[in-house]
Amino acid sequence: MSAKRVFIKGNEAVAYGALAAGCRCYFGYPITPQNEIPELLSSAMPAAGGEFVQAESEVAAANMLLGAAACGVRAMTTSSSPGVSLMQEAISYMAGSELPGVIVNMNRGGPGLGDIGPSQGDYFQSVKGGGHGDYRTLVLAPATCQECYDLTFAAFELAFKYRNPVLILGDAIVGQMKEPVAPRADVPVDPAEGGGWKLTGRGQRAPRILKSLFLEDGALAGQNQRLKDKYESMRAEVRYEAFETADAQLVVVAYGSIGRIAKSAVRALRAAGLKVGLFRPITLFPFPEAELRALAGEGKRFLTIEHNLGQMVDDVRLAVRGIADSEFFGFFPGNMPTPEEFEAPIRAAVKGA
Amino acid sequence: MNEQLVFDRPAVLADVATHYCPGCQHGVIHRIVAECLEEFGVVEKTIAVSAIGCSVFLYNYILVDTVEAPHGRAPAVATGVKRARSDAFVFAYQGDGDLASIGLAEIMHAANRGERISVVFVNNTVYGMTGGQMAPTTMIGQKTTTCPGGRCAEREGGPMRMAEIIAGLDSVAYSARAAVNNIKNLAQAKRAVRRAFETQITGEGFGFVELLATCPTNWKLSPTKANERIAKEMIPGFPLGVFKDVAKED
Repeated sequence: MSAKRVFIKGNEAVAYGALAAGCRCYFGYPITPQNEIPELLSSAMPAAGGEFVQAESEVAAANMLLGAAACGVRAMTTSSSPGVSLMQEAISYMAGSELPGVIVNMNRGGPGLGDIGPSQGDYFQSVKGGGHGDYRTLVLAPATCQECYDLTFAAFELAFKYRNPVLILGDAIVGQMKEPVAPRADVPVDPAEGGGWKLTGRGQRAPRILKSLFLEDGALAGQNQRLKDKYESMRAEVRYEAFETADAQLVVVAYGSIGRIAKSAVRALRAAGLKVGLFRPITLFPFPEAELRALAGEGKRFLTIEHNLGQMVDDVRLAVRGIADSEFFGFFPGNMPTPEEFEAPIRAAVKGA
Repeated sequence: MNEQLVFDRPAVLADVATHYCPGCQHGVIHRIVAECLEEFGVVEKTIAVSAIGCSVFLYNYILVDTVEAPHGRAPAVATGVKRARSDAFVFAYQGDGDLASIGLAEIMHAANRGERISVVFVNNTVYGMTGGQMAPTTMIGQKTTTCPGGRCAEREGGPMRMAEIIAGLDSVAYSARAAVNNIKNLAQAKRAVRRAFETQITGEGFGFVELLATCPTNWKLSPTKANERIAKEMIPGFPLGVFKDVAKED
């Protein structure tokens, strides 16, 4: 892509961001609302010299990702909620085997088949592991089409830096809306990337084994200790947006599309004279808990707004525990929120002081 | 006296004690695989995919780069490996519970896409590692821990003949079944594994070989009796032969 701005959907921005990052293997299975990604990559990926496979299921797509990741190649799969449930097996194995890969979830309504509209119902699944075993994935939550592009690009860097799966948690809003996006120049992938562990065929060196089975006495405990240390070191990657929080009495905490809608509400209420601000976590894991706690230490109060029954609010409350609390406003998946619909709960929370 | 070495361990096969049970034929099959890798000269560019079951420990015996796949997913993982690294020689090694039950979708679709990979399928008619439960390949009347009265066709269906099923797919280059219960069959098994590897190397397409094997522990038979069961019971139900070879088609 040229450096000129392009008018594209969030889903397309994910695809172009991946290509710019040097992603050269894509595996996917059709599911609404993310079909623009495999449709675009079915021709763009081969044109870039990469491989596109329409898998027989999300189970297979995620395991193809595992295989490509084992070879140290930048690879991605994308889906939406029911499909991402099916990928949890492979994601757990990738975490256990320490394999880098990017998984995109354009969150739709659930549980079960739910609907094809936006939802934030997959927050817990995304940030608390999601599959079996004790593991974490880095989770990035875009609120704009530009962030869809930039965060997908960044996801590959993070995946290889930490040898860990990275999730992009968008939703049907950010995936389907169109905005101008400024692409960046493609960055050539360092051929030495993954040099210490990737499978290439052993050549003259000792064979390498990528596995998550640790049966020997103490081996799994050691692996879990290493993983814990790694997850803690991811703290360095915290990203967030703080809008008008400096003098705010009430801070609205919201992520992704809902964070952006809440920003409009905050802006309108500011104009009406209310001292409110917005804190939008961009990394959901690692969660910006120290930053929230610092705001709590300044005496601010919190209202968490989500497009679900209340999930991230648990992490907000944990972050500020002992010195503050968070109120919660949940907008039910199945409906599309407007900024005006957030104004009443924000006003009520301000009055609650 | 002049001594001449006529039989030795392939260098790619590790010189370690085996964890497999006495009379288990994974060891024999590992050796055939090792010999074929060396004969084709692909040891250094091989990436193996080990599957869940007793043979997950393939990497302790065959000294090549290896990735461990979740249960049944080896053909999908192998697809990802081969697509990422087309110059590698890629094979998956799977048992019957792994391939014919939980991994049925993955093997069928990897085969149907004609992935340039090879699959070694070891059929011993039971789940070995978990303690001898019924598999999709368990024979009618065969007793297992989950069909203690014997597998019943009306209740559990019949054993799946995977080599024939795979052979029915257009994009498959080679599909065969062999056994390692005697010298004659062993030679045939070696030819089958060679050809299943060769179709990948030549680019002809997907290569599949099913090998009938013993599980003395879960069959509750001595190694000798278990080996005899291959000829007496298994081969009549799982006929040996080549069911598809693109080289033999017009």
